[in-house]
Amino acid sequence: MSLRPEKDRLLTNVATVMKKRKVARSAAKRTSHSLAAKSRRTAARARTVGIVPHPSANGIRKRGSQRQTVSLALVQFAPRKGDVNANLERIEQVFSALRHDKEGFPSVVVFPEASLSGYFVEGGVREVALTAQATLKRLSKAAQKACGPNHSPFDVVLGFYEDDGGKLYNSALYASLGAHPVLRHVHRKLFLPTYGVFDEERFVTRGRTIEAFDTLHGRAAILICEDACHSIAVTVAALRGAQILYIPSASPGRGLEDAEPANVRMWRDIMRVAAAEHGIFIVYAGLVGFEGGKGFTGASRLMGPFGDLRVEAPFDGAAIVRTTISLADVNIARAALPALGDLESNLSELTTMFDEEVANRPARPKARPRA
Amino acid sequence: MKAVQLPVVHATPPDGADLRIDPALAQRWLTNFLRDEMIRRRSKNVAIVGVSGGVDSAVVAYLCADALGAENVYGVRMPYRTSSSESFEHGGRVIKATGIHDLVVDISDAVDGYLQYESDASPTRRGNVMARQRTIVLFDQSAKYDGLPVGTGNKSERMLGYFTWHADDSPPINPIGDLFKTQVWELARHLGIPNEIIEKPATADLIRGQTDEGDLGISYLRADRILNRILQGYRAEDIVASGFDRAEVEIVTRRVNATHWKRHLPTTAMISTTAINEYYLRPVDY
Repeated sequence: MSLRPEKDRLLTNVATVMKKRKVARSAAKRTSHSLAAKSRRTAARARTVGIVPHPSANGIRKRGSQRQTVSLALVQFAPRKGDVNANLERIEQVFSALRHDKEGFPSVVVFPEASLSGYFVEGGVREVALTAQATLKRLSKAAQKACGPNHSPFDVVLGFYEDDGGKLYNSALYASLGAHPVLRHVHRKLFLPTYGVFDEERFVTRGRTIEAFDTLHGRAAILICEDACHSIAVTVAALRGAQILYIPSASPGRGLEDAEPANVRMWRDIMRVAAAEHGIFIVYAGLVGFEGGKGFTGASRLMGPFGDLRVEAPFDGAAIVRTTISLADVNIARAALPALGDLESNLSELTTMFDEEVANRPARPKARPRA
Repeated sequence: MKAVQLPVVHATPPDGADLRIDPALAQRWLTNFLRDEMIRRRSKNVAIVGVSGGVDSAVVAYLCADALGAENVYGVRMPYRTSSSESFEHGGRVIKATGIHDLVVDISDAVDGYLQYESDASPTRRGNVMARQRTIVLFDQSAKYDGLPVGTGNKSERMLGYFTWHADDSPPINPIGDLFKTQVWELARHLGIPNEIIEKPATADLIRGQTDEGDLGISYLRADRILNRILQGYRAEDIVASGFDRAEVEIVTRRVNATHWKRHLPTTAMISTTAINEYYLRPVDY
């Protein structure tokens, strides 16, 4: 399955998205005063839970042009710590392997969190972080080396440490590679685990938004690892229209009291409930290998929108999981269990409750001079 | 009207001191750890294991043989002239059963070469000198065979501070350092280590007749459950209230609180905003 270049160009890059948003905002100003006031009230309520009204999260809604069947490759591997070039070579090898796979090249290739560097890099994050555009360029180069200069377009989801003018983020991008590489979305991890073995907030900045975006393979959203442990984050993605949720992850294994690590069970349970509640496909790709004694559990898996586990890789060892989904299943699942529709019906009341809860919180203490 | 008998379902609250492990999963996890940390991360496929004849080093020898192949593992027995002959013989059984290389380095001359000038050294000092001499041997043998020393200290010893600093804790990797002693026993049974090695009283064998539990004043079976609760965040009074003996809780608490320094690198005076491991933070495998 290949994309025609003209369609590819229709799907826009980030700069165009921003331009379209500006146009949309200008159009909104032209609406009647009462409608605008109502809209502002709704928006104020919605922002409380991180939901911004949209009809077009990234400026385009092209359901008609989206493929209903999506071929996926979920990749789990152990990056070489701190060596971005070596890891891009590994990614190139993955592309090359997929090129020769009997199933043909997938529509979307999904890599784990922090794929270009490994997860635990501490202060080294400033040395391994790239801009999103630089990452796109490097990925595109890897794809061309593996698949030839005129390879058929395909999409990639990849976790990486992002440098945005000195601000560092734990991010994941969704890009379309081909003759005209396009960066469709960058998600910056919101929930930075900073407890126990984790210390993310010491080294990277929190992301602020959860967005859904259109691709040629369905409307998608990205959450990174702990983001998806918060059910409300999945809810926001689903409310924004996501049919597929991608979760690049790096989950250190712990809890060996049963036949599989406890965190593998936990993730499976989280995904099962989140997928069924929201009628959404969830695609999870996890790092593997040990970093300083901490062993990551891959267990990359696809959860169907009925909460049905479709496929799962072993928790240890590098692997590529191939599978295919039909986006029609999302509609079927949401009709069978209209939980998302019910939620939308009650969204106004819920946002009011969130508003009240926020209003009743103790005020944040004022910043004091540093000692 | 006839009374309806409703079934009553009873549930037992989870025991926070549960130390259960799945030994098959633990074996798989730890052999993966050894392969990954040694071969992939450090490009070393030779392990040097000090085999004391006790259960900890036996488990590590079995895991290393499983992970790397017996031909890539050297079991080093390092007796001192007062060491137990039974320990030496048990170490030999482990080496034979696993098929790893058998090395014997008697440390008596090296240890006595120093201690002849310290004739009033206490048993503890003498024990520490022996432990550190064994570390010298392990690191030197690693250089000889282009390998890595593999640690054999368990979590109970580490938490209780029952080890010689910069000796038992010094190998760069340790597969069993997050397993309590009782969990090591469980894994040892799964690996097929002879019962007499598992069931004999644990000893550092630094002083004749010495046993761990004699030194500590509490059995591992009880110490591990108390340690586990401490690590989970329970306070001493909570642990006593849940049925543990106050004196035993105090033994464990005192040892843990007195030995935090043994679980860290040396304390360095900080004078800059680039102090290593304070400001300049890079992981061990970076």
